[in-house]
Amino acid sequence: MTSPTRHFHWLPRLLHWSMAVLIVAMLFIGIGMVGSVSSTHEALIRLHKPLGILILLLALLRVCTRLAARPPALPTTLPRWQKHAAHASHWLLYGLMIAMPLIGWAMLSAAGDPIVLGGGLRLPPIAPQSTLLYAYLRQAHTVLAFGLFATILGHVGAALHHGLIRRDGVFSSMARGRRRE
Amino acid sequence: MSASSPSAPSRRRQPWWWLVIACALVVPVLLFAYVAGWMTPDRLTPARFVDQFQHGGVHPGFRRNHAKGMCVSGYFQSNGAASRYSTASVFATDARTPVIGRFAVPGPNPVASDAAGPVRSLALRFTPEDGQQWRTAMNNSPVFVVATPAGFLARMIAHQPDPATGKPDPARIAAFRAAHPETRAFLAWAKATRPSSSWATQTYRSLDAFEFVDAEGHQHPVRWRMQSETPAPINDEGSGNDGLATDLQQRLAQGPLRWRLIVTLAQPGDPTDDATRAWPEDRPEVDAGTLVLTRAESQSEGPCRDINYDPTVLPNGIRISNDPLLPARSAVYALSHLRRTSEEAHVPGYPAVQPSATPQEHTP
Ligand code: HEM
Ligand code: HEM
Ligand code: HEM
Repeated sequence: MTSPTRHFHWLPRLLHWSMAVLIVAMLFIGIGMVGSVSSTHEALIRLHKPLGILILLLALLRVCTRLAARPPALPTTLPRWQKHAAHASHWLLYGLMIAMPLIGWAMLSAAGDPIVLGGGLRLPPIAPQSTLLYAYLRQAHTVLAFGLFATILGHVGAALHHGLIRRDGVFSSMARGRRRE
Repeated sequence: MSASSPSAPSRRRQPWWWLVIACALVVPVLLFAYVAGWMTPDRLTPARFVDQFQHGGVHPGFRRNHAKGMCVSGYFQSNGAASRYSTASVFATDARTPVIGRFAVPGPNPVASDAAGPVRSLALRFTPEDGQQWRTAMNNSPVFVVATPAGFLARMIAHQPDPATGKPDPARIAAFRAAHPETRAFLAWAKATRPSSSWATQTYRSLDAFEFVDAEGHQHPVRWRMQSETPAPINDEGSGNDGLATDLQQRLAQGPLRWRLIVTLAQPGDPTDDATRAWPEDRPEVDAGTLVLTRAESQSEGPCRDINYDPTVLPNGIRISNDPLLPARSAVYALSHLRRTSEEAHVPGYPAVQPSATPQEHTP
């Protein structure tokens, strides 16, 4: 092993993989519900709002754990631009996983719609009622969803490149904990 | 194994690993496109409905259907009778809930003639103090014209003007009606009904079924109507092109207008998933209270302009039924609302609202 800190701690790893599933699912739920007029539409939108708020809460927790403990360093052999790209894309992912649910919540607030999470749970509005604000936030929700999807694809591509081609330990730093040797 | 010197065998296998990576990226993209409906043009999507409404052209800023209308406001005075069946706070004894509504006539044309057809509509948004909302959009027909979203789209396509004549093709309409016998009850009503000269005299119906949920959690399938307290003239002269708005303003200048909210309770076996079939006349009814409308404003400046009267926005105590029209309405109204508010907000890529088109119509 190259260094004793080559693996993410169990909490960031748990958060990473559970949120990876949730966020990818949310993209499919979102695009599926705006493309359907059947009872699927109702079922998906009922899932979309509480799941989105759950992602927001997990993302806030995740940023806290990220700031509390530095992640393992990338291999020294990695070109500088790739290191920068890796860091920039990670912060972009953190930004989007917080921005997306906030925009969803704010756009419903701006439209004057009640924000119902199910089970009688309702959220207060976080933005003033305004058609202008609603229209731009609602468009941003779509544009940023596509941006998030593209960033995730780039991220998965890079992760698999590390894991399958370079085999430099970056993939396993997230895939598993340190093995007892 | 060190990162800088990958072993020889893995280097030989590299092309396959690139293929694995490519698949890992392409497969999700294809799946996404499939779920979005981009690969299945026959699927019923909200965009197909809204695009079909826009077939004759876009009227920026206006609703894609029921485009011509007027804002109204007032309140709902509950008498407590419906609270046995639903925990919704609007039904509590003596509750008075503010209401913002909209009268309209159907169709995508904001300057259509009121006399073009007999359908009139009333949409309402109740905003009780607890922050919940109840939105409903009702028509004055006894039943709806089709039972399913697919039927609705087929009907719109059948009524679309033929490019050769500029008019709907009677043969296509006849073919549609033959394929959709469920439209008969509505068509019989439409044939027998003269377009009324007033919104005030009409009774407006939910048509779709809903479920009331009582304090014990029991579900009661219901439909409701706003029963007009204003008598219709014996010989209604009809509305003329723009008579409805003037009539409404004149009446409101004399005093408030009233409707009673009547809730019909279904019996086992009554269809809740088919808005083309009325329930038998003898079903128990609950008089839940009085809607009082006091004020009308133009739809371009009034408070109803940017409201999406999505019939699935319901308070605790009311739920949607298994009626297939309800999710379709929710999805399609959302896209209509997104397009018209984006036009209003001048979002790039959307046609701009024409300043002349908005303020002129029906300002008092
Ligand atoms: C399903 C395929 C995925 C794989 C194979 C994968 C793999 C990885 C790997 C190997 C790392 C470690 C990189 C490093 O050491 O710096 C990582 C980090 C990260 N991943 Fe993923 N990931 C996936 C999906 C996602 C998704 C869907 C998201 C969220 C939108 C995400 C967000 C992140 C973030 C923010 C980091 C940076 C952690 C940090 O250093 O703070 N990943 N991922
Ligand atoms: C990680 C979080 C989220 C993701 C990835 C996400 C993703 C999406 C996507 C892909 C769409 C479809 C956009 C389109 O093509 O028009 C969408 C629509 C929507 N989202 Fe989200 N969303 C998230 C969070 C939220 C939250 C928290 C809310 C509300 C509380 C919300 C409310 C909505 C609504 C109301 C729509 C539009 C439905 C319609 O127009 O019929 N979203 N979302
Ligand atoms: C699949 C069937 C239906 C489709 C696709 C459809 C479509 C639409 C659309 C696109 C709008 C404009 C929404 C907006 O921009 O705010 C609208 C408005 C309206 N619809 Fe429907 N509709 C359907 C069924 C019904 C039914 C069953 C009723 C009656 C019970 C109804 C009554 C109304 C009313 C009253 C409005 C006007 C609401 C207002 O004044 O803002 N619709 N419809």
